[in-house]
Amino acid sequence: MSAREMLFYADAIVAVMTAAMVILHRNPVVCALSLVLHLCSMAVFFLLLDASFLFAVQIILYAGAIMVLFLFVVMLLDPGGEGVAGRIGKVQLGATLAAAVLLLAGVARLLPGLAGAGAPEGAVLPPGFGQAGDLGRELFTDYLLPFEIASILLLVAMIGALYMGRKETS
Amino acid sequence: MIPLGAVLLVSAVLFLMGAVGVLIRRSALVIFMSIELMLNAANLAFVGTSRHLGSIDGQVFAFFVMTVAAAEAAVGLAIIIALFRRRKTTDVDQVSFLKW
Repeated sequence: MSAREMLFYADAIVAVMTAAMVILHRNPVVCALSLVLHLCSMAVFFLLLDASFLFAVQIILYAGAIMVLFLFVVMLLDPGGEGVAGRIGKVQLGATLAAAVLLLAGVARLLPGLAGAGAPEGAVLPPGFGQAGDLGRELFTDYLLPFEIASILLLVAMIGALYMGRKETS
Repeated sequence: MIPLGAVLLVSAVLFLMGAVGVLIRRSALVIFMSIELMLNAANLAFVGTSRHLGSIDGQVFAFFVMTVAAAEAAVGLAIIIALFRRRKTTDVDQVSFLKW
């Protein structure tokens, strides 16, 4: 097992543990801070999978900008603790079980690949794969229209957020 | 070389955890964080497949998912703040007035 694989599995443990903290902890501030850790572990995944530009974007955009927004709102509203127990009704239980069954089906499908038997080796990567130049070239040629639409989406989201946060004038 | 199956498995587990978080939590803020978990799990699957196929397209898709996540977080948190101003709560069980 190569060092890269070992790092991957160690990081997978960190990612799953922090995700569990996010969905199980009562205090929303702890949830938000666990999410920061989780997003950083996802960034490490991206680095291990030769996506260095996405690694940087993940740290700057997610662990930086979005999480500051989250923490800001959590501290502003101070919603206090919340119990998880007592909420899990029939619908929640059924949906969770269905999700677990789906996951098991997926695992059964993936098992041959996990064992390494019959799994095709990954493609040989060109130099500079996943770096800013590579991604940028693709974004401004093949994906130019989606890129422009994404910028309009961000503009609309900004206007929407401003509208929602305006002062009440009745 | 990280096997694609392992990447997809981790991605599936994280997505499931996000889905369970949405189902079992009451606080709108934590539900939002669970949605971020799911979006990130999808991103991991995109990047892993992109690495496996040696094609940059998956990473471009992950990039767009991040854009959508940023827009979603901005609008969603604004909605939560507006909700808190009017109802003094972020508990989704108490704001079910659109449900009949």
